[in-house]
Amino acid sequence: MRGQEARDQAERKAAMATLAQSSGDDIVRLWNEAGLPSQAELLRGPETGLVTLRGRIGGGGAPFNVGEATVTRATVRLPSGQVGHCYALGRDKQKAKLAAIADALWQDPARRTEVETRLIAPLRAALATTDEKRRAETAATKVDFFTMVRGED
Amino acid sequence: MYVAVKGGEAAIANAHSLLADRRRGDRSVPALRLDQIVEQLALGVDRVMSEGSLYDRELAALAIVQARGDMIEAIFLVRAYRTTLPRFGYSNPIDTGTMLVERRVSATYKDLPGGQLLGPTFDYTHRLLDPELAAGADVAEPLRRETEAPAMPRVSAILAREGLIEPDGEMPQDHVPGDITREPLEFPMARDIRLQALSRGDEGFLLALGYSTQRGYARNHPFVGEIRIGEVELELDVPELPFAVPLGTVRVTECQMVNQFKGSAKAPPQFTRGYGLVFGQSERKAMAMALCDRALRASELGEDIVAAAQDEEFVISHSDNVQATGFVEHLKLPHYVDFQAELDLVRRMRAEYEARENPMKAEEKREAAE
Repeated sequence: MRGQEARDQAERKAAMATLAQSSGDDIVRLWNEAGLPSQAELLRGPETGLVTLRGRIGGGGAPFNVGEATVTRATVRLPSGQVGHCYALGRDKQKAKLAAIADALWQDPARRTEVETRLIAPLRAALATTDEKRRAETAATKVDFFTMVRGED
Repeated sequence: MYVAVKGGEAAIANAHSLLADRRRGDRSVPALRLDQIVEQLALGVDRVMSEGSLYDRELAALAIVQARGDMIEAIFLVRAYRTTLPRFGYSNPIDTGTMLVERRVSATYKDLPGGQLLGPTFDYTHRLLDPELAAGADVAEPLRRETEAPAMPRVSAILAREGLIEPDGEMPQDHVPGDITREPLEFPMARDIRLQALSRGDEGFLLALGYSTQRGYARNHPFVGEIRIGEVELELDVPELPFAVPLGTVRVTECQMVNQFKGSAKAPPQFTRGYGLVFGQSERKAMAMALCDRALRASELGEDIVAAAQDEEFVISHSDNVQATGFVEHLKLPHYVDFQAELDLVRRMRAEYEARENPMKAEEKREAAE
């Protein structure tokens, strides 16, 4: 049971990460295509605030504050009772609200598969394509050293 | 006697509408859109985010337009905006080891795991102005090379295996990271607070100080152990969720400077380090920050403080360009009463001086006046 709970949490977190990283336009488009319900009671927000970003001295040492980032958050409750949250970088309030609804729908066992396949999976695929493209473009700038042999020996 | 003077309201209003007109410029030229600035003046946007200390590309782009391209004015606008927002919390520390790397170079190891990735760099360009760019020529898609995503350990970890380099900077176990946006600066300050100040510090100021260390004012023989630029994930602990909530990714530049060190009473001979971490793609700034970080560790490492770059109070008190511009630029605001008093004083001193230097003439003057 505990293993299942941990797996659920990891999956929910992964879904939230995908939503946070995706653009509001992509979320709206897929939402409409999938015909997901968007009625929900707003418990908080959507509201924009700051999160102070921390780094580590030397990369892995003690934490220090680097600077702030805008973050928009929302909390919603579905008619069926599930409460969903979203925190995402930026100031897109509609995105935060939809992502919070998606998080709430995800927690409804009857809806989870639909949210995963119609919304999260395509968003995740688009993000992976972008990352892969960037990685390949960077890889093309990798320096291949070759040694010049000089002299007789 | 003090006489309060009012006025200038209409002049100020008209000046601001003139500013709006000049900012827009020739109406036959299309107005800039923010996405154009975000995409095509990306490093300017990054600088405003870094020194404005706020990661938000669109806001930085808006600030640049509103400031007519005056970067310090744009940074000022961003800093002012920050103060209007509530704070949700402090993120978990980012892990630059898991970065989606877009550039990564080391000047200390040729064949390091993960390799040298040049990325979108100005290095090795010939710095010749490009007329094709002026003509708006189309740009080809970049080449791609399909590879497995290689592991890219930090260079500092490679040196650490031999024990020849000091560890990543640690603080006492119970140390809470200081925050200069919450508490006033106090000297001497801990390294974490110094790094926060340096990360938002003025690029030009830190660059000049870093340069001064290379030229011999607190020389410490730096090598770029590694520079890496790319996106890292950001997470925040919140009470309503049992796990850290993912917020998305931010692009940062990290510089690991490795410095020669012959050892002192306090530390054995080993490589010491300076660290730079800034928002966006800001390589010069990250390097300057790392040079200054190392120089400012002088007393920690038992070095003599002989140069400006080692003087913590001097460097940190003057690194913030919003504070600096505020104090310098306030000089142009009305100081009429102050100056009147000074004028009066100088007149009096001048009269006394003349009386001393030339008593006869002063006497004549007085008589003539009578």
